[in-house]
Amino acid sequence: MTTHAITLNVNGRQREATVPARLLLSDCLRHTLGLPGTHVGCEHGVCGACTVVMDGRAVRSCLTFAVQADGSRLTTIEGLANGAQLHPIQEAFWEEHGLQCGFCTPGMLMAAHELLSRNPDPSDDEIREAISGNLCRCTGYTYIVNAIRSAAAKLRAPAPASAA
Amino acid sequence: MKPAPFAYERPSSVGAVLDLLAQDDEGTKIIAGGQSLVTMMNLRLARPGRLIDINRLPDLDYIRREGDEVLIGALARHADVKASALVAQCCPLMHMAYEWVAHGAVRNRGTLCGNLCHADPASEMPAVALAMGATMVLRSRRGERRVAAADFFQGMYTTATRADEMLVEVRLPVAPAGQKAGFAEVSMRKGDFAWALAAVLMTVSDGRITQLAIACAGVGDRARRLPSVEQAMTGQSADSATYARAGELARDAVSPFGDAATPAEYRKDLVRSLVERALAGAV
Repeated sequence: MTTHAITLNVNGRQREATVPARLLLSDCLRHTLGLPGTHVGCEHGVCGACTVVMDGRAVRSCLTFAVQADGSRLTTIEGLANGAQLHPIQEAFWEEHGLQCGFCTPGMLMAAHELLSRNPDPSDDEIREAISGNLCRCTGYTYIVNAIRSAAAKLRAPAPASAA
Repeated sequence: MKPAPFAYERPSSVGAVLDLLAQDDEGTKIIAGGQSLVTMMNLRLARPGRLIDINRLPDLDYIRREGDEVLIGALARHADVKASALVAQCCPLMHMAYEWVAHGAVRNRGTLCGNLCHADPASEMPAVALAMGATMVLRSRRGERRVAAADFFQGMYTTATRADEMLVEVRLPVAPAGQKAGFAEVSMRKGDFAWALAAVLMTVSDGRITQLAIACAGVGDRARRLPSVEQAMTGQSADSATYARAGELARDAVSPFGDAATPAEYRKDLVRSLVERALAGAV
């Protein structure tokens, strides 16, 4: 079968892979590049668990072929935390109980990440709209909306001054 | 792996796409956003032998005005058409309907032209294109032809596009001053495909309807205009009794498919409500 050599910038690192055309980006991230944080739920574009940010925009990695992403810049769930330091969106999900089983969480976080990168102070309606393509079967969404609202506030706050 | 194997081409010009399409190969599909196509490939409902990826073609993502038309190129993403101030100002019906189209991540990648080519019978944009009288620009090595929306949508997932043609642009008439637009839809969840929807354009003069376009989707194998209802309502006074009457005529004019969740009779009743609601809410 014909394969294609691709180069991706994933979470700031240049990665190279040789992929068959039919390899989905979600499977490339998980199996070829060893980044299993991106979850696959429905694998036909309904559940949103596989959402990643590609060139600044949230996309469904199960509806994109890896070969199509050649040359693009990707952020996955693995790219949010800085070492052991959680990203403010992750902190907020923790504090506000924005997850239970955690299966949808990577997609929720990436959808929230894209929203807050273009809208630092979203209304609850805008938050609900931004996660409308992400299914969660545990939480009833209320705590997720709370978490994203809280994350927005954290990200807007000026960096804490060092103690005198 | 989910999809069946296929050959992959990523040409860098429209000419190169047309050359590939001109080779006799019924199994070739163009992929732009892929938000419907890859779904169907993952489920193996579609198994094209070759994909032509047009995402790297330059200068096809435009949304611009030319005279009394708005021109939207093959790579304009739903998200950009939805956010376009030009579309909001010149094509208010399309802007209104975009509130109902899919979800953010799908709109980020899906394209208007791809959606029109896919011709899902429950999709919003074919109905909008019909109501507005949009024109599709199809190009092949044999030349370019323009097809009216009324002739473009031919059946379920079926359009007038020939195997060697590519939809390079859709042309939307700029709404005349004073024309009102209305849109109403019911779906399982907002952003899902419609159970039924109604898109209307209406001009009112001295309290009477002088021009009317009504298009519905979710009503059978394709989106449709309802010319019998349009004609019956033209000249009537623009009031709630007329809108209710239009809804009743629309209900009787459609023959939707039914399924377990949404029997045909229910969809007909939805059409009645939605046409009435779209007319009453037109601004």
